[in-house]
Amino acid sequence: MTRPDFLCFAVAGMLLCSSCNKPEDFQKGLQEKLINAKSGDVIDLPEGKFHLDRTLSLAANGVTIRGKGMDKTILAFAGQKTGAQGVLIKANDFIIEDIGIEDTAGDALTIQDGSNITVRRVRTEWTRGPKSANGPYGIYPVSCKNLLVEDSVARGAADAGIYVGQSENVILRRNRVENNVDGFEIENTENVDAYENVATHNTGGMGVFNLPNLPRQGGRHVRVYNNQLVDNNTPNFAPKSLGPIYYLPTGTGMYIMAIRDVEVSNNKIQNNNTVNIYIINYHTGVDEESLRDTAASPITQQVFAPDDKRYDPFVRDVYLHDNDISGGGQSPDNRVDGVKMLAAALGGKLPDILYDGVVDPAWGKKPNSGQVCLSQNGAASFLNFDAGGGMKHPVHDLKRYACTLPGLTAVTIPEAPVGGK
Amino acid sequence: MRRCWMRSLCILVFLVCTLSSCGHLLDHSVQAHIEKPFPKKLSEWALFRVRAGALTPNKGVVPYDLNTPLFSDYASKYRFVWMPDGTAAQYREDGPLEFPVGTVLAKTFAFPVDGSNTERLIETRLLVHATSGWTPLLYIWDDKQRDAALQLVPDPVPMKWTDASGRRHEFNYVIPNVNECHECHDNQKVFLPIGPKARNLNKEYKYAEGSDNQLAHWARIGYLQGPPAVEARPRAAKWDDPSTGSLSDRAAAYLDNNCAHCHQPGGQAGYTGVDFRITQTEIARQGLCKPPNSAGEVGSLRYDLVPGRPDESILIYRLESTAPKTSMPALSRDVVHVEGVALLRQWISSLPGGCGSGRN
Repeated sequence: MTRPDFLCFAVAGMLLCSSCNKPEDFQKGLQEKLINAKSGDVIDLPEGKFHLDRTLSLAANGVTIRGKGMDKTILAFAGQKTGAQGVLIKANDFIIEDIGIEDTAGDALTIQDGSNITVRRVRTEWTRGPKSANGPYGIYPVSCKNLLVEDSVARGAADAGIYVGQSENVILRRNRVENNVDGFEIENTENVDAYENVATHNTGGMGVFNLPNLPRQGGRHVRVYNNQLVDNNTPNFAPKSLGPIYYLPTGTGMYIMAIRDVEVSNNKIQNNNTVNIYIINYHTGVDEESLRDTAASPITQQVFAPDDKRYDPFVRDVYLHDNDISGGGQSPDNRVDGVKMLAAALGGKLPDILYDGVVDPAWGKKPNSGQVCLSQNGAASFLNFDAGGGMKHPVHDLKRYACTLPGLTAVTIPEAPVGGK
Repeated sequence: MRRCWMRSLCILVFLVCTLSSCGHLLDHSVQAHIEKPFPKKLSEWALFRVRAGALTPNKGVVPYDLNTPLFSDYASKYRFVWMPDGTAAQYREDGPLEFPVGTVLAKTFAFPVDGSNTERLIETRLLVHATSGWTPLLYIWDDKQRDAALQLVPDPVPMKWTDASGRRHEFNYVIPNVNECHECHDNQKVFLPIGPKARNLNKEYKYAEGSDNQLAHWARIGYLQGPPAVEARPRAAKWDDPSTGSLSDRAAAYLDNNCAHCHQPGGQAGYTGVDFRITQTEIARQGLCKPPNSAGEVGSLRYDLVPGRPDESILIYRLESTAPKTSMPALSRDVVHVEGVALLRQWISSLPGGCGSGRN
């Protein structure tokens, strides 16, 4: 071989190196594609398990990321060195589908400040099972508008498998969440339809709530129907630093906290060992000492409201009807002081539906001023434990809450954008 | 026949490479680029010449520094600004100065060479005010320190040296990729410079021709329009110089320049409700007794900031961590800023009060 030939081959070799199959090259190549992506681009990922050690991010609008299946195209982040998230999206008109994201240091898939977002057949999972060192969230859209999450799977999140926060116009359907602390969380979000989902073997199946001190307040109008929230009895494994979720009682089917306009219908909510449905104000929900505190002092807006003037800590206009509810409260979580106290007072078990009965004094003294309406929920047992009145006047009689509220309207989101062919 | 074709290709590639990187030598002034494609080599901008690891700026390229900079793994940073002839930045009391289209802000990161008194240039980040808006460009220096090449996703660089105090530094220096630039620089999807704010530039600088206040100097050479009277110009404290401000002033300056680019309304961490801008003086909004939204693994700590108790403050915990989901800032910090954390510990220790009876 003559010398110039050798040089040519060396140059060719260097050029080829950009397509070598080393793991860093996959990561770098994909990240470069995401940086260069333009509206209408589809980024196809092949079958295979790809090891990454750094957050992948996308900022271009109108892009689709598509794998070959949630168990076939796997982005594996075990040993992640840089970045809090696995995949971080800050873009509009975005579709991600048929991809698995595993073992990220923090959240698996974060989508921030995006409009017209579709997450379809995506799996997020911490493969070592429920561990407090797992990332907090699987699928984590925050501050989004027109969001569809469907046919996806989330496992092992130390906070919530599928979370939606500070967003509006959201459909969550046909997803499966298991072995998370919370299965679903719908937080400070307006206009949500959640249907045909399955939440099982989490600490809690689904939370629908508002929290204070977040930029977007006033979450409301949430419809939850045709879901299965069953056997959510995995011991709470959230680290204390994650805040309120640490106090979520193991065995909570669903909790509805500090929110109004919630309609829960035609769901199967069964065998959640602390309670099948928990309807509460903020204070009862987040503070393990709240029952002791409130038993000692009367409840007013001032006592209850944290230092966020925009925040409404009360729950009202909740309509539960035609649900198949049974087998709840058989083994309440004594780790949480409030639950322990209540269970002790009730002989060790709790009813299917538990309501703290706390209402805003400004609503007046009429009965059921919080407008919590419970009808046609099978043989579900019930208790208003009168947290506001120091538990002196508990109400077991469901008839006191036999009312109806107007059904909420369906959520519509614009047709999902078509990202390329 | 085939061999011949390959030979010609090699020669052609060689010629194109050589000529394109030498083009700038024909013209000695700064070569502005305000639209794609941007130069593949840093030298094509003709911003400065490099000799023995030191950068000598070209005509019109003005060095500057900041009262309180962002901490970046103990890197030395060399900052320069250039604006097109006849243009100037507009003074702004808050936020970055309003720079004209064509402006180039250049920041070069250098690290000590182990066992010597010299430094190695690692990367030069350019912020170019293009016609389409501010554009980040990352140039990575070659081993011979002759030129730097444009990259989208630079590889991490292993670092090791022992500093003057005998402290050993050994880590992988992670250079942000182009998308990651946006995480700190975007506010409501608008990309902005972070450092060059009036209060941060309002300091003396030792120019080649003598010492001068930077804002005054910029105004004199025509790079700054509309500054108010000298006494009306805000001045941020130097975080490590007690003669420039009280403990809380210096802590505020540190938080402003290390945290507020994300932690402010419209920033990457705006959704947390925590706002570290120096102009935001309500301590409740700096995380006082606020439970975190999602703080990663922080043991049993409950609040972002507990007055008087740095060890119970998640703020400190996260600044002392280098684990990917716990450490803050989330990007561009691979080692702990020991001296910066010491300042914030001292500040938190000085704060009165607590976080509610029986709750901390």
